Amino acid sequence: MNTKSRFLTIFSVLVYTFLIFPLVIITAAAFGANDYLKFPPEGFSFKWVANIFEVEMFIRTFKISIEIAVFGTFLALLIGIPAAYILSRYQFKGRNFLQGLFLSPVLIPAIVFGFSLLKFLIIKMQFPVYTSLLIGHTVVILPYIIRVISSSLESFDYSIEEAAVSLGAGRIKTFFIIVLPNITSGVIAAFILAFINSFNNVPISIFLTGPGVSTLPIQMMSYVEYYFDPTIAALSVILMLMTAILMFIIERTLGLSFFTK
Amino acid sequence: MKNKANYLLLLPGLILLGLFLFVPLFSTIFQTIRGKEGLTLVKYFDFFKDSYYISIYLRTLKLALITTLIAVMLGFPTAYYISRTNKKVRGLYIMLAVFPLLTSSVVRSFSWMVILGRNGIVNTILLNLNIINEPLKLLYNEFAIVVGLVYLFLPLMIMSLVGVMENIDNDLMEAAESLGASRLKAFIKVIFPLSVPGLIVGSVLVFTGSLTAYTTPQLLGGSNAKVLSTLVYQNAMSLFDWDTASVLATIMILTTLIVTTIINKLSGKLSGKR
Repeated sequence: MNTKSRFLTIFSVLVYTFLIFPLVIITAAAFGANDYLKFPPEGFSFKWVANIFEVEMFIRTFKISIEIAVFGTFLALLIGIPAAYILSRYQFKGRNFLQGLFLSPVLIPAIVFGFSLLKFLIIKMQFPVYTSLLIGHTVVILPYIIRVISSSLESFDYSIEEAAVSLGAGRIKTFFIIVLPNITSGVIAAFILAFINSFNNVPISIFLTGPGVSTLPIQMMSYVEYYFDPTIAALSVILMLMTAILMFIIERTLGLSFFTK
Repeated sequence: MKNKANYLLLLPGLILLGLFLFVPLFSTIFQTIRGKEGLTLVKYFDFFKDSYYISIYLRTLKLALITTLIAVMLGFPTAYYISRTNKKVRGLYIMLAVFPLLTSSVVRSFSWMVILGRNGIVNTILLNLNIINEPLKLLYNEFAIVVGLVYLFLPLMIMSLVGVMENIDNDLMEAAESLGASRLKAFIKVIFPLSVPGLIVGSVLVFTGSLTAYTTPQLLGGSNAKVLSTLVYQNAMSLFDWDTASVLATIMILTTLIVTTIINKLSGKLSGKR
């Protein structure tokens, strides 16, 4: 190996150290015995992991985050799968425009969208906070559903569908017994990706909190404002474990090369 | 489309986006130009007269630009390296970049609070080496925001570049070299022009992401280093000045749109030249 590519190798390893190192630090900090965040930590203890369960707000907001992410993802799948199917199945006038429209929520600054939802849904339309939170999350994860489902429909051979229809199966029946089973892994991947994005969302949720309604990331941010102890580090480790499991499922269904597209 | 009924399947999505995305957004934008007597731009004139707001706007643009440049400098060589490795190794590198991407931005920003804090690892090392006598203030300033934003968006830049670079044929590079080009020249003449599309996509993602990010500047910049997004939140939720918050929000949308259009136009010209 010549010197130039050795330089490139060292450079890349350093860049990756930068990417991974903070996550290692946070893990080490989670198991320290100090009463405040300090690095390197002194001693080893599980007390901060245990402390997560002492903070009632963490447990409550964790449940809300899960609920919103699951319901929101189901709603977005229900709305997104038919739309993605039409958009990839048929060539028609205005198709590109509609595709752009369905992907537009990712182009709008989320903080602006969150603020607009607060003004319009909660103040003007008097919607409950929880409902508004669910609506906001459904809108913002719809593009992920559309993108993943469209990309798995790309490799679907529509002549199978035509065959089923010409043999007498109805359009709707054909969709459920022919098309859907062929894109199962895409649906699973879309679910996971949308779930993660909803669960991690801050800029929309932060405007849509109210008495008794908040999400875990928002709760973590306000905790950090007042306490600088390793509880958040311990919680981070649990969230990273969850992320790792979900990433494994994405890898198995969609393949991680999806992210380089 | 043969069957008109098919359009009905698009309807739920269009209703959702119309009612809950476009109506709320347009009502926010409309509020900024509505005056007592018809339409007016007076709220914008007020904004651009206020030196405090201008300084925050310029800071936001500056930090987004610096973040994008650093992400390109770190991401480009790394992505090139990854794209030249074999499939198995490449999969590992992609996995290690996707993992932070899927991890909560609160967790990722918080990790830098641990590293840069008063008792963080940087201060501990510098103190132990007797380079400094008291802990440095590394948090709650522009530096911390840039570090946090680069950390947040570097994986996106790497992913965008790898996607394009892995399709560049190794033979092209060898051909250029065997015809007498130096390695560096071959890189500039062959690899770089072919990577431009990935560079454009990555830069747009990183720049607009940095321009509108909330979590990282809030946690690492605090109230000392405000940016546009944290100012929107402060005006909306602490000061209840919704007019100003709406003006800031609209300026943020317009800036994002303008920047995206300019970069895309430039990329059109660049690829037109080839």
